[in-house]
Amino acid sequence: MSFNLDSKIPEGKISEKWDNYKFHAKLVNPANRRKYHVIVVGSGLAGASAAATLAEQGYNVSCFCYQDSPRRAHSIAAQGGINAAKNYQNDGDSIYRLFYDTVKGGDFRSREANVYRLAQVSNNIIDQCVAQGVPFAREYGGLLANRSFGGAQVSRTFYARGQTGQQLLLGAYSALVRQIGLGKVKMYTRQEMMELVLVDGHAKGIVCRNLVTGEIKSFSADAVLLCTGGYGNVFYLSTNAQGCSVSAAFNCYRKGAGFANPCFTQIHPTCIPVHGEQQSKLTLMSESLRNDGRIWVPKSKENCGKNPNDIKEEDRDYYLERKYPSFGNLAPRDISSRAAKEACDDGRGVGNVVGGERRGVYLDFATAIKRDGKKAIEERYGNLFEMYERITGENAYERPMRIYPASHYTMGGLWVDYELQSTIPGLFVLGEANFSDHGANRLGASALMQGLSDGYFVIPYTLPNYLARTGAGKPSIDGEAFKEAEKSVKDRIEKFLTKGGSKSPRHYHQELGKIMWEYCGMGRNEEGLKKALELIPQIREDFWKGVKVVGDADCMNTELERAIRTADFMEFAEVLCLDALERRESCGAHFREEYQYTEGDQKGEAKRDDANFSHAAVWEYTGFGNKPVRHQEEILHEEVKPVVRSYK
Amino acid sequence: MKINLKVWRQKNAESKGRFENYVVDDIHEDTSFLEMFDILNERLVAEGKEAIVFDHDCREGICGMCSMTINGIPHGPERKTTVCQLHMRKFKDGDTIVVEPWRAGPFPVKQDLVVSRDAFEQIQQAGGFISIRTGAPQDANAIPISKEISDKSMDAAQCIGCGACVAACPNAAAMLFTSAKVSHLNYLPQGAPEKDRRVIAMVEKMNELGFGNCTNYGECQGVCPKGITLDMIAKMNRDYAVAKAKQAVGAL
Repeated sequence: MSFNLDSKIPEGKISEKWDNYKFHAKLVNPANRRKYHVIVVGSGLAGASAAATLAEQGYNVSCFCYQDSPRRAHSIAAQGGINAAKNYQNDGDSIYRLFYDTVKGGDFRSREANVYRLAQVSNNIIDQCVAQGVPFAREYGGLLANRSFGGAQVSRTFYARGQTGQQLLLGAYSALVRQIGLGKVKMYTRQEMMELVLVDGHAKGIVCRNLVTGEIKSFSADAVLLCTGGYGNVFYLSTNAQGCSVSAAFNCYRKGAGFANPCFTQIHPTCIPVHGEQQSKLTLMSESLRNDGRIWVPKSKENCGKNPNDIKEEDRDYYLERKYPSFGNLAPRDISSRAAKEACDDGRGVGNVVGGERRGVYLDFATAIKRDGKKAIEERYGNLFEMYERITGENAYERPMRIYPASHYTMGGLWVDYELQSTIPGLFVLGEANFSDHGANRLGASALMQGLSDGYFVIPYTLPNYLARTGAGKPSIDGEAFKEAEKSVKDRIEKFLTKGGSKSPRHYHQELGKIMWEYCGMGRNEEGLKKALELIPQIREDFWKGVKVVGDADCMNTELERAIRTADFMEFAEVLCLDALERRESCGAHFREEYQYTEGDQKGEAKRDDANFSHAAVWEYTGFGNKPVRHQEEILHEEVKPVVRSYK
Repeated sequence: MKINLKVWRQKNAESKGRFENYVVDDIHEDTSFLEMFDILNERLVAEGKEAIVFDHDCREGICGMCSMTINGIPHGPERKTTVCQLHMRKFKDGDTIVVEPWRAGPFPVKQDLVVSRDAFEQIQQAGGFISIRTGAPQDANAIPISKEISDKSMDAAQCIGCGACVAACPNAAAMLFTSAKVSHLNYLPQGAPEKDRRVIAMVEKMNELGFGNCTNYGECQGVCPKGITLDMIAKMNRDYAVAKAKQAVGAL
């Protein structure tokens, strides 16, 4: 079987494509919309905004989340902000510049037409959010405030203290609860999607496990929207919430949805370093801190154990300012992360010794406090400093913060065309769960923008174009496809609960994470990836032999939930490593040590191979234990000519 | 560190719960409170016993999912901190710690330390929104909002909906939560057209769901991890009084 990877990019100049699309797309007339049912899986920015907007238009929506309230989805944890090309600061921003920065930031591996559309609707998002009552930061004159963010030279980021994600999600959630109250959205909380159901090759429903009662139940619809976020937890330690998993997306992959660029995983440069073996998650400190914080490590190894305040100015290496004078501490995420790793690999890391080494660098606010005063810094980052102190017990006003990169966001995801439709007709994928807009690296404050763009402004136009063609009529859940899917879920659960092993699911997840971080983390090479591809099937075999799942199927059972998610991560990890192995170039967050500049100004920087790898790699499932097939969608550069991405 | 735990175990909503004693040792002081529960659960699994079920997700103090009453205090002893952000360095070696679910009539226990907070959802559905649809509203800067007003709205909007305020209140009142949600929108010009309708709908839904009344204990403010203060309740009461007066004279 071969995938149809037609991206369906509309005709016309880049600035006219979206308008052309909207004019030519089929519509469903208002009276007919109530005949259609749509399933939305996930209630983060993408899911909540899509569910609310479609319900407002008159469709019947069922929305599912695994938390006890849609307001808790992990979009809520985003701190720094959301980009838009408003140019309120009069500093040279425009839709075209936001588009250009995003394509360049993604190291020329994103689809230009999608990115341009994203930049176009970015302004509508800010208008929409303000109208909903999102309390963005304001200036004394009453207008909206902006700040700058990594990878950009303009000030285009809107923010709400250090909790922009929560405020935007509460905005989308308020629109969602309104529709729940009006009866247009039926909300299902504490439900985990277990299977996608296809009828005649089209996505027509899902099977869920009720996380409280254990009930396995089918739901059918005219189309399914997957808004289930990313797979950063494949590394075990990440900034993702505990429940974030690849399971829903991976199940769609098993059913025929292509998985694109899984190796594009972003490592966020400013997280609190690992404190020890008992850690369950890593906490991100907003990247906005890099606006005022200066990053450094001691010049010599001997100083690494010292109190940072006792290290003289001339003994400090402000390595980002040194290497990238024009972007300095605001260099993009992948570059900053790698630079921190290099400093620590060089033995100049700071902080606690964990596993025999110090993995941390300083983020120092002394200069900013001296320049602007403590009050100004407190105003900007107060809650982040408080959070840092809660976790580390250290006061960052007096002593530099310690940070280190951690797995944070995944640019890869299910392949979608311009309409956000996957290779399975009727299955649309929104937000972090898809692959389209960020290429090989996402810029800061762009995830919130993409989630809301997909949900508020893209899917309401592209979904009707599908629905109008298929006609209304969701299938009965008594059909064979649903019964089969339910049986498969029940069998899988039964298999787990009857295992007589001895180790917990968490143990295996942790072991898998170690392999992934070691061989497929910030720096990758052929030897390491081949090693990982040997180790993953072994640990998977151990898992199926040795896992022990306590408790029952008919109640809340978090061990069972973890076992199911871990099993999917174990399979998915292999696809991720294969993708990293086959992409024989360095680009964006995917850094292959063999492919870097060895001399000149660019020494040590990632070396892209546009001649051979200017494409999205799309993986097709071919059965358990079989090697998936790699397909390609060419990435065309019609607007922005790829250049060596320089932030010097 | 060595910690003695007394943890509430309850099979399901119908069954009767009880405290169970556990001892966890080898806990590092940088470990978080929930990581201690992870470690304990790993041991229970190894012994073939059922793991303790508790709500948690983001583990960075913002999703509002975690909910444990620790030594009688919702979210534990540290101010402005959710359970997931509480670290063991706040306890002493050898401490005995009692861990229970939120205790409040409108928050029934589902299992072990997990409660249902669906009542909060219903309050939100009653009026926690501005009735606009996705479309093309005016430019975001068309209505200037003074920084003071915007900041006040933001103070209210920080509520993470965890429910600690209800759990701490001797009356199981949901006034702090509801007032934060009402005030967030009622402070803003965008929320003004539905100000009266909103406050009446949300307060009445809150009463209908069996939450108690506010009698100014102030416990809610003490445990709120986001520092929401009683002034929000004062504002809500004021808005409610005005709205009811308008209703009484037929102006609403």
